[in-house]
Amino acid sequence: MGRIPASYMINRLLTLFLTVFIAATLIWIIPRLSPIDPVDVMLGRMAAGGGAIENSGAILTQLRESFGLDQPLIVQYLLYIKNTLTLDFGLSTASFPTPVAQLIGQALPWTLGLMLVSLIITFIIGNLLGALMVWENTPRLWKVAIPSAMVMTAIPPLLSGLLLMYVFSSQLGWFPLTGAYGLNVEPGWDTGFIGSVLHHGFLPAMSIVLVTFGFWALGMRGLMITVQGEDYSVLAKAKGLRPRYILYRYMIRNAILPQVTAFALQIGGLVAGQVLVERIFAYPGMGKLLYDAILDQDFPVIQGLSFVIILMTAIAVFLVDLVYPLIDPRIRHGRD
Amino acid sequence: MVEQNLGDKAHPGATRPPGAPPPDLTARQVRRMKRFDNPWRNPKLIWGAGLLLSIVALGILGRLFWDTDLVFTGSGMPRQAPVGVENIRGQIGSWAHPLGTDVSGKDLLALLIVGAPNSLYVGVLASLIGMSTGIFLGFTAGFVGGRTDDVIRVLSDVMITIPPLLILVVFQAAYGDISLTLMALLIAAFVWQSPTRLIRAQVLSMREAGYVQMARLSGASTGHIMFREMMPNLVPYLFGSFIANVTTSIVTAVGLEVLGLGPQRIPTLGRVIYDAINSGALIQNLWWWWGIPTLLLAVMFIGLLLINLGLDEVSNPRLRRL
Repeated sequence: MGRIPASYMINRLLTLFLTVFIAATLIWIIPRLSPIDPVDVMLGRMAAGGGAIENSGAILTQLRESFGLDQPLIVQYLLYIKNTLTLDFGLSTASFPTPVAQLIGQALPWTLGLMLVSLIITFIIGNLLGALMVWENTPRLWKVAIPSAMVMTAIPPLLSGLLLMYVFSSQLGWFPLTGAYGLNVEPGWDTGFIGSVLHHGFLPAMSIVLVTFGFWALGMRGLMITVQGEDYSVLAKAKGLRPRYILYRYMIRNAILPQVTAFALQIGGLVAGQVLVERIFAYPGMGKLLYDAILDQDFPVIQGLSFVIILMTAIAVFLVDLVYPLIDPRIRHGRD
Repeated sequence: MVEQNLGDKAHPGATRPPGAPPPDLTARQVRRMKRFDNPWRNPKLIWGAGLLLSIVALGILGRLFWDTDLVFTGSGMPRQAPVGVENIRGQIGSWAHPLGTDVSGKDLLALLIVGAPNSLYVGVLASLIGMSTGIFLGFTAGFVGGRTDDVIRVLSDVMITIPPLLILVVFQAAYGDISLTLMALLIAAFVWQSPTRLIRAQVLSMREAGYVQMARLSGASTGHIMFREMMPNLVPYLFGSFIANVTTSIVTAVGLEVLGLGPQRIPTLGRVIYDAINSGALIQNLWWWWGIPTLLLAVMFIGLLLINLGLDEVSNPRLRRL
């Protein structure tokens, strides 16, 4: 256990800040270059909703002013950065005038919950299977079965989600097709609701676990092969320690740490994958919100969501980087 | 560097004359060992390449033997099941549409013939551009060092955190319909980071290697050192990184298409799945509509994974097993 060197800390903080800044800037610049005017889109929606709109020219100017679109670009940009950093993404145009932050706030717990559960499951299963691939006392059947299951890694969670949905909800009817909880339960901390949430969340979580455990297993396999050849493993075996004890206390313990850093690089892909899984299962998280916003051309929501997801990713990477030197005393930062 | 005796790797410390097979091996294992003498003749590599080539063949031969105009709406009766399968209305699929049709009568076989190469095209193009950028930046960072290195390193660290899908969602939502090539170019802007980091790290470690020092002392030019001395050692890594990027690019492209943001007028596999989900294909039990493109994509990804696993074994002899 040691302290984190200041230079390392500053370096990581700088990366975090830059990531968020660049993402925010990209999200701002891209639509400005587009020929489509967001105010036009919104007006089009109003017209479609309530027939023709009188003096739409005046409304247009008014809207542009209220969105600050008549200001010089640099002012708009600075204002945007200020708003974004305070998580103020403006109002949704599709469900006007709900603030975007409120919509995201409602979706966030679902996404985080699903992600956390599937991550923990996949991390445990993946690393265990990866270790078993190398361990010499693994039953023969497992040695054949695990590498074959590894083929699943190739498939994005979107596709495994479709397959699971077809087999287990559409055909067998064991799990509900879409949603996060049943229509007949009230949200609350009672067994009925929690049971319903678990029942609904099982397939989305499984479709992520099924295709991501292989990533951990493969990484673990490589690390275990290295650890297996180390002197301390050989010594432990020579001392006559129980094989299972060696596996858990000597090999996995030493091999698992680099897996934590691998995690940092995975987060981005995981988030993107989950967005798509939520979209197919109509799970009321950020993925579904994003999809609905795309259908409605609800630009503030799309921007806000993209930013929040990137922000979450960057913070997660930052935290992993910070925690790592604490759990692995062998790493000394500031030397490289 | 990789053509070492594998028997010695498997039993470290064994005292055998180099090259002689270990005594306790069956004939089959000896055969396999001999096959591994050329690391590129790796079964995983061959299988993976075979799967991908069969998809390419589907795209090429399909165009010769099947009418690709059937991708248009109303080419056949809607909701036809594949050959020999009965659909919900009791109609049995015919050879007119061997893989069935979707809800608007588009022929699925034609959609696959046109769509599958499109996905590969996006993946390969994006990855090629990302790779070239990565090679350039990685070598620059590793060789020039100093401030340039810092900028490239920080930039790739930053960009690797941003999920491409989310920036591209913003882009495509703002621009509407885009072409396949433009989509590939946009994805390429997000797949140069990992090759850059990989090559930079390798160049930094190789720069001090004996053979590079030797080349430098004997007056070789920087270009010679880069391409003749360093590149050959990087080839397995570069291939691996390339294939990984093809996978990332295709996953991103399919993700965009499934969100309804891909090219609107060109058939793509993701677009077919998007249409299927939106028209309730799961509830109507039109499994062939989403199932067949899903299967094809799965085959594509499995092929890419096998190639990558094979390449891992080429560049890391320790992973090879008898």
